[in-house]
Amino acid sequence: MNEAIPELPLETQDLQMGPSHPATHGTIKFNLKLEGEKVLDCEVEVGYLHRGFDKSCEQATWTQVIPYTDRLNYASPLINNVGYALAVEKLLGIETPPRCQFIRVVMSELSRIFDHLTCCGMAASELGAITAGFYMMEARELVMRLVEEVTGARLTVTYVRIGGVKHDLPYLFDERVRAVFRTVRRLLEDCDRLLSRNRIFIDRLSGVGVISPETALNYSLTGPVLRSTGVNYDVRKDYPYLVYDQLEFTVPVGARGDNYDRFVCRIQEIEQSMRLVEQALGKMLPGPFFIEDPRFALPEKDRVYNSIEGLMHHFKIIMEGIQVPPGEIYFAVEGGNGELGFYLVSDGGGKPYRIRVRPPCFIAMSAFHEMVKGCLVADLVPTFGMINMIGGECDR
Amino acid sequence: MDEQGPIDQYLRERMAGKILDSGIIRGEVAVVISREGLLESFRLLKQDARTDLNFLTDLTAVDYLGKKEPRFEVVYHLASVRAKQRLRVKVPVPETDPEVESLTPLWKGANWLEREVWDLFGIRFRGHPNLKRVLLYEEFQGHPLRKDYPVNQCQPLVPEREVKGTFVDERSRNKLMDFKRRWGRQS
Repeated sequence: MNEAIPELPLETQDLQMGPSHPATHGTIKFNLKLEGEKVLDCEVEVGYLHRGFDKSCEQATWTQVIPYTDRLNYASPLINNVGYALAVEKLLGIETPPRCQFIRVVMSELSRIFDHLTCCGMAASELGAITAGFYMMEARELVMRLVEEVTGARLTVTYVRIGGVKHDLPYLFDERVRAVFRTVRRLLEDCDRLLSRNRIFIDRLSGVGVISPETALNYSLTGPVLRSTGVNYDVRKDYPYLVYDQLEFTVPVGARGDNYDRFVCRIQEIEQSMRLVEQALGKMLPGPFFIEDPRFALPEKDRVYNSIEGLMHHFKIIMEGIQVPPGEIYFAVEGGNGELGFYLVSDGGGKPYRIRVRPPCFIAMSAFHEMVKGCLVADLVPTFGMINMIGGECDR
Repeated sequence: MDEQGPIDQYLRERMAGKILDSGIIRGEVAVVISREGLLESFRLLKQDARTDLNFLTDLTAVDYLGKKEPRFEVVYHLASVRAKQRLRVKVPVPETDPEVESLTPLWKGANWLEREVWDLFGIRFRGHPNLKRVLLYEEFQGHPLRKDYPVNQCQPLVPEREVKGTFVDERSRNKLMDFKRRWGRQS
């Protein structure tokens, strides 16, 4: 039968997808080499959102870097805040009070929930499942309101400080969290019914964007992309920080390393994060939420305005910054998309000498061509969606 | 954790002559190695059953202008997924000849990270398959994360680059050219 069909002449063609394409959320360019609709090779160009994070940080004091970290992964800004603050605290050799650590866990997990909801919701709506996308956006909005209630902002939160957090959780916060989680669980159930066994959805995701565990490790991938291949690597479990070792949770691990496994990993991580938040809120005891050390904590406003010592103290911390001893440190937390590491170098004094962020998306995008080789052009969209590249973090 | 003390010792014995300095500070093991035979050193670190550092967590550089001699330091963060251990490897690189061997034969993930270091610091990687700028554009002058690059430096405007590819719409390009000829700045 095959002999009857004449061989059509095939020629490869170049297609430039991006930098502004409706199906890729984020400015990124794919230079594709195509044979018909099959992707032979893909060269990824990033850097459209580069704004000199590292260089800007070298001009600021250690505290002034925190707002910059908000703008890294703007889908989960609290995790960046926490990661940076923990790295500086490790360099200073200080430990925050237990309540502060629980608050940080709660806030990072809320952030992770809405990172994953954004990722899955956007990916679903890009594949046409717009209903599920809206359901997830609704859930995200509810979680976002919780974050807003605590921090006063939705995206650029700047909630964490070196040595603590900005302020305590609001009154009866845990009750509202439980109420929100009930709705989120119901919405996720709806999404599960809409997507997880949906033939069209599975066909688009399953077996697409496959990467083997060896290749994934070779490319230094982390987060849901690595875990979908079956490698159980989660910074929260492997190098525990904060109070994660006191809380119970499991790390969902995939098997085939395709987009569907990534999707399922993320959806299950949402459930695990909700578990973590509930446990942390239950175990939290009242107490101070900021380290009681005048070198890092700002004085009470009453003292600032009514005493010269308080005013000087405030002035010193704000103008000269927190004094960090010379040294270097690498500290990693589990971000929404993988290991978010901070490598800090201090030469003593109030300003950082060098701040390097290990961006999980940037590294994931460097392996993108391996995932899409041999796929169709249409498969680029879910693969890219499941990596969840965030321009702010990838391009810094 | 019990291996932490010995790993430092062990590497000293294993890589005699290559390790310039080593130590554990704030619970982190760090070694400084010379850039001669860099690839071989890393191959040993990766394949040695004892160290088993099979994961390149991060690769970056620091510019110690006027603080240290040699000026640059390329910093590698390795990790062992199985043993849950981290190691920081630092390689001093002089200003006069900023070049080290590329680690792309060992880790493909080093590709973009090395490109980024070349982009921002101007340190070349010998044997890299595609060493070009990754975050900035080709016409960018200088390497911005060097300490002698001023923060408020302005870059010259660059002429529009020819876009290569099948699907460039010639009509729109002609329109653009026409528009520029009529309204563009006369230089």
